[in-house]
Amino acid sequence: MSAIEFRDVRLALGGRLVLADIDFAIPSGDFVGVLGPNGAGKSTLMRAVLGLVPPARGTIRVLGRAATRGNPAIGYMPQVRGGLPPLRLSGRDFVASAVDGHRLGLPLYSRAGRAEIDRVLDLIAVRDLARRPIAELSGGERQRLLLAQALIGRPQLLLLDEPLISLDPHHETEVIDLVKDLRRELGVTVLLSAHELNPLLGAIDRVIYLGNRQAALGTVDEVITGPVLSRLYGSDIDVVHVGGRIFVMSGGRSVERDAHRHDPAMAEHREMR
Amino acid sequence: MLQYDFMRNAFAAAGIVAVVAGVVGYFLVLRGQTFAGHALAHVGFTGATGAALVGIAPLWGLVAMTVAAGIGMGAIGERGLAQRDVAIGIVLALSLGFGLLFLHFYTAYATQATTLLFGNVLAVDRRTVWVLAGLGAASLALLGIISRPLLFASLQPELAEAKGVSLPLYSVLFLAIVALATAECAQIVGVLLVFALMVGPAAAAQRLCGAVAAGVVLAAALGLAEAWAGIAAAYYSDWPTSFWITALSAAAYLAAVVTERLRRPGMLGPL
Ligand SMILES: Nc1ncnc2c1ncn2[C@@H]1O[C@H](COP(=O)(O)OP(=O)(O)OP(=O)(O)O)[C@@H](O)[C@H]1O
Ligand SMILES: [Mg+2]
Repeated sequence: MSAIEFRDVRLALGGRLVLADIDFAIPSGDFVGVLGPNGAGKSTLMRAVLGLVPPARGTIRVLGRAATRGNPAIGYMPQVRGGLPPLRLSGRDFVASAVDGHRLGLPLYSRAGRAEIDRVLDLIAVRDLARRPIAELSGGERQRLLLAQALIGRPQLLLLDEPLISLDPHHETEVIDLVKDLRRELGVTVLLSAHELNPLLGAIDRVIYLGNRQAALGTVDEVITGPVLSRLYGSDIDVVHVGGRIFVMSGGRSVERDAHRHDPAMAEHREMR
Repeated sequence: MLQYDFMRNAFAAAGIVAVVAGVVGYFLVLRGQTFAGHALAHVGFTGATGAALVGIAPLWGLVAMTVAAGIGMGAIGERGLAQRDVAIGIVLALSLGFGLLFLHFYTAYATQATTLLFGNVLAVDRRTVWVLAGLGAASLALLGIISRPLLFASLQPELAEAKGVSLPLYSVLFLAIVALATAECAQIVGVLLVFALMVGPAAAAQRLCGAVAAGVVLAAALGLAEAWAGIAAAYYSDWPTSFWITALSAAAYLAAVVTERLRRPGMLGPL
């Protein structure tokens, strides 16, 4: 059975077409990297799987059922935008808010609830970190708390939106290895969006590459090729393999590096180096 | 001082309101919606003066107006903080303008207006105490019912939404609760000083507590202590109660900030 199935899907946000004619199926238990330039629709795709963006056309099926909001089988780590609120609240209480967070009543946790919190904190090895106020944690440390929170409720499908952003190479590898382990032990299907392909090589089974309102799903060898990416970028793209790493180049520059340039001044600065 | 009926009423009323305000205020501060709370109190002024103009008890005008405005503000939505504050500010100014107009028509109202603006807990009668107890119980019960999803939606809106929590629904329900609590606070410290009971204790508690449950309890306890100490101080000093409550609220917040600074790891070595 497919974990996620998009059939002829069109996604629009505020009247603006983000993705059109999207058609793919992700097998259960796969680890899929979601790639593409800024604004390509990676986050929108995940929100559609969560039922938060209803398709303007076509159907989305998740774990054998139509995508609906509040599916308890999906774990989700949202893309960090403004960051977490600057609170003295401990990381543990922050993570805990997701335990049966949709149920009415007081936020008091049963023995099972507390065990679940400990379980996810241990999985990411952030139990000590979680004692500290979130206001005092670094960006990467908060990121790992969010990842722990996504695992609450033992989801079968994990949607991780940019979990590697602001992690150093060591923690980047740690998170990827952890996701690999989770998939092997628990059989979860994982969608992980990222700006860079190389850290994911060797871990992912497939990639979904988004661009130009289209999507290409396949193995790295099938999708990360000049012709496919030229179609997705709408310009000539070269794919260069160097020592086990892959570089996607446009006019002699790496497009992945450009994806990090949100700030023009920053881009200029890098250009000069 | 407890031999006087008005003092007993004052302690009872202030106690009820301080606990409700502390608990509700905790969530208000957590959600970063203190401006909305402030605005609701001022909007309540219009409701109270309007009610007096047509011959209804000001408290009910206050309750009706703040709850309506709270629901309206909640419906404006969660997103776009800057825009939200602009919308709240415009509604606030407009309603205060109307409040002034109502006062203009109701000229015999000057002392009543001061009471509304700055509160007069010593004038609270037995009946009002019961009304405050009823309203307080209602707002705490409603908050208790929604507190779990409310906390989730406040801390992690995007994940909560994905898990099926309706953000607009809880935004509206919560601001309706805030409106009720605000109307109650206004009876004690007046609409201008609602911050003292609603935000002061909650903000201090959040500086001191890393856990939600402990923070809520501390906010309520701090509010209660400030309100009661304020009344006692007013009794012995003959200065206004509202002054004492605001002064104590500010002092407690300041003390919390200093305590937090001193506790920071690095300042006193590893914990
Ligand atoms: N509320 C909205 N109304 C209209 N357009 C929107 C809205 N939210 C996002 N968009 C647009 O939808 C497109 C896809 O956005 P999305 O956030 O999915 O991109 P992304 O691939 O996740 O980008 P990034 O790499 O920056 O995270 C973008 O062009 C964005 O401008
Ligand atoms: Mg995104």
